[in-house]
Amino acid sequence: MEQFTINLLFVGASFALYIGIAIWARAGSTSEFYAAGRGVHPVTNGMATAADWMSAASFISMAGLIAFTGYDNSSFLMGWTGGYVLLALLLAPYLRKFGKFTVSEFIGDRFYSPTARMVAVICLIVASTTYVIGQMTGVGVAFGRFLEISNTAGLLIGACVVFAYAVLGGMKGVTYTQVAQYVVLIMAYTIPAVFISLQLTGTPIPALGLFSETTSTGAEGSVYLLTKLDQIVTDLGFASYTEAHKDNLNMVLFTLSLMIGTAGLPHVIMRFFTVPKVSDARWSAGWALVFIALLYLTAPAVGAMARLNITNLMWPNGTSGEPVSVQTIETAPEYDWMLTWQKTGLLDWEDKNGDGLIQYYNDGSEAMAERAAANGWEGNELTNFNRDILVLANPEIANLPGWVIGLVAAGGLAAALSTAAGLLLAISSAVSHDLLKGQLTPNMSEKAELMSARIAMAIAIAVATILGLNPPGFAAQTVALAFGLAAASIFPALMMGIFSKRINNVGAVSGMLAGLIFTLVYIFLHKGWLFIAGTNSFPDTVDGSLFGIQSTAIGAIGALINFGVAYGVSMMTKDTPQEIKDLVESVRIPAGAGGAVDH
Amino acid sequence: MAEQTKAAKADRDGAGYWAANVRIILVSLVIWALVSFGFGILLRPMLSGIAVGGTDLGFWFAQQGSILVFLALIFFYAWRMNKLDREYGVEED
Repeated sequence: MEQFTINLLFVGASFALYIGIAIWARAGSTSEFYAAGRGVHPVTNGMATAADWMSAASFISMAGLIAFTGYDNSSFLMGWTGGYVLLALLLAPYLRKFGKFTVSEFIGDRFYSPTARMVAVICLIVASTTYVIGQMTGVGVAFGRFLEISNTAGLLIGACVVFAYAVLGGMKGVTYTQVAQYVVLIMAYTIPAVFISLQLTGTPIPALGLFSETTSTGAEGSVYLLTKLDQIVTDLGFASYTEAHKDNLNMVLFTLSLMIGTAGLPHVIMRFFTVPKVSDARWSAGWALVFIALLYLTAPAVGAMARLNITNLMWPNGTSGEPVSVQTIETAPEYDWMLTWQKTGLLDWEDKNGDGLIQYYNDGSEAMAERAAANGWEGNELTNFNRDILVLANPEIANLPGWVIGLVAAGGLAAALSTAAGLLLAISSAVSHDLLKGQLTPNMSEKAELMSARIAMAIAIAVATILGLNPPGFAAQTVALAFGLAAASIFPALMMGIFSKRINNVGAVSGMLAGLIFTLVYIFLHKGWLFIAGTNSFPDTVDGSLFGIQSTAIGAIGALINFGVAYGVSMMTKDTPQEIKDLVESVRIPAGAGGAVDH
Repeated sequence: MAEQTKAAKADRDGAGYWAANVRIILVSLVIWALVSFGFGILLRPMLSGIAVGGTDLGFWFAQQGSILVFLALIFFYAWRMNKLDREYGVEED
């Protein structure tokens, strides 16, 4: 059977499964739709949260970024898991006790101000739209490969599918669909990793394989996988895999931004509003992280092993031997993946010096200049290797059976589509429910509310698709910007709302605006206004940046500004009224938590 | 009168409960920061002598160890707080 047919079968079967479950367990009413998590066991809720949370950034993009950078990108691993500690300790139980359905409702009530609610909605829309751009990048890669078309065409088709998926909407709220998506996603991620770990190290658990010895024995006997990887990448002039090359300040701030952002993203927080009890909200966060950790503990192994496999394929006779020839790439079956990925425009090579061989090395390295000159090399000939293709191409690179490749295609699409659809729903409900009905046109009919929700969704996806054609970075990097925005705006307001009785309406609004505007402007100064390439004032590098801090790491500073401004302004203005102090008291104590109520 | 005493007691207990909660949160967050920002990044040079599977302990903490500690922390907090709820009689019905 053709690989294309196998992919189609797997993707089709997985979608049939989700739709089947959605119909079987259909939510009957709006409140049922919102409260899909209620009455559901914390373990099940944790699994659904994990599916909601792990998107194209985690599934498609992250391991590729780790593979080509090594230790420096550990920030993604620590940041996107460490945020759950903040969520479980600082937010989840109290927001559950508060007992409403949306983040902006909490902010509006706690800070007794419709303006605060409105500002929270704007923060939410900005962060979620940026997040969707990252998802669309991933969707484009997945559809491009799966339909064997260009990345751009894949992105456009993907946008239509995401829109249809999000408009069907209801299936998003069904916890069991998400459980099914989680199962598909985690199998698709771990099964190829197990195969590859067995091939390279003989260990069936990839997380352990990463720190094991390789099965291929060299002249000096067996060596550790990471030792070998360090050696071959440095042989080719690349930075070593396990050492740190980034300055500590940026790495700490980047990790912190991702952590705080995790605890500030509305679509994740919302899941904890609807568990049956406050104590369940605490457990749910733990179970969600268990299911997330299954992927996150595997991801660094996927990255390192893929890097090793790719380098070995480019240098089949060792890094000091003769590299792979153009003819081999075009004819040998183990290089077929290069030809298929070339069609997407995300992978390319060019025999610059015309010797019939493809030299893959770091042509920016001074140490390699000598060897290149001696051998007549004229630059790196593996001219394009998009980081976002690594996970999807991984089973093909490792020459795994066709069904594994089909499974990975289904998993990647599940990750990207479920999160993109969830975010679009969050954006559309923020616009129609919080902004229009809550503020601007309170008398609008339910039909008009639904229509405006759909229009908001269509606009959001159109914006995300246009910006996704020239994304500000690889999927996970774009998503990291969204986390920075959430970190700088939403999280501080939520935390201060619970842990301080003194922060008042004016303080919270000034804090959120200061954090959001500072972070957004800083990102635009480096990534271009509205992410339009060429409109940036500073180069997007550590050295060239305004404060020596990368745009992806600035969210942590934005959060500090938010805390500082909110505190300062609150101290200078009127104290909070007694009923707000009572509200904070009641939120802090689990007793008396009823079911979540709609208003 | 009786109601006032009851309210005063609840208020006192509420304050004690909250103080105990904040203490547990602070201890947990110190560990949270130590394993990630500490062992994983800033203190990594100090741990470089401890070899783990072809690299050092700091690399392991950055890519796997911190995640395992995060998990332990969340479950510890859930268990400890559910116990604290009962000690102060503020658990849900």
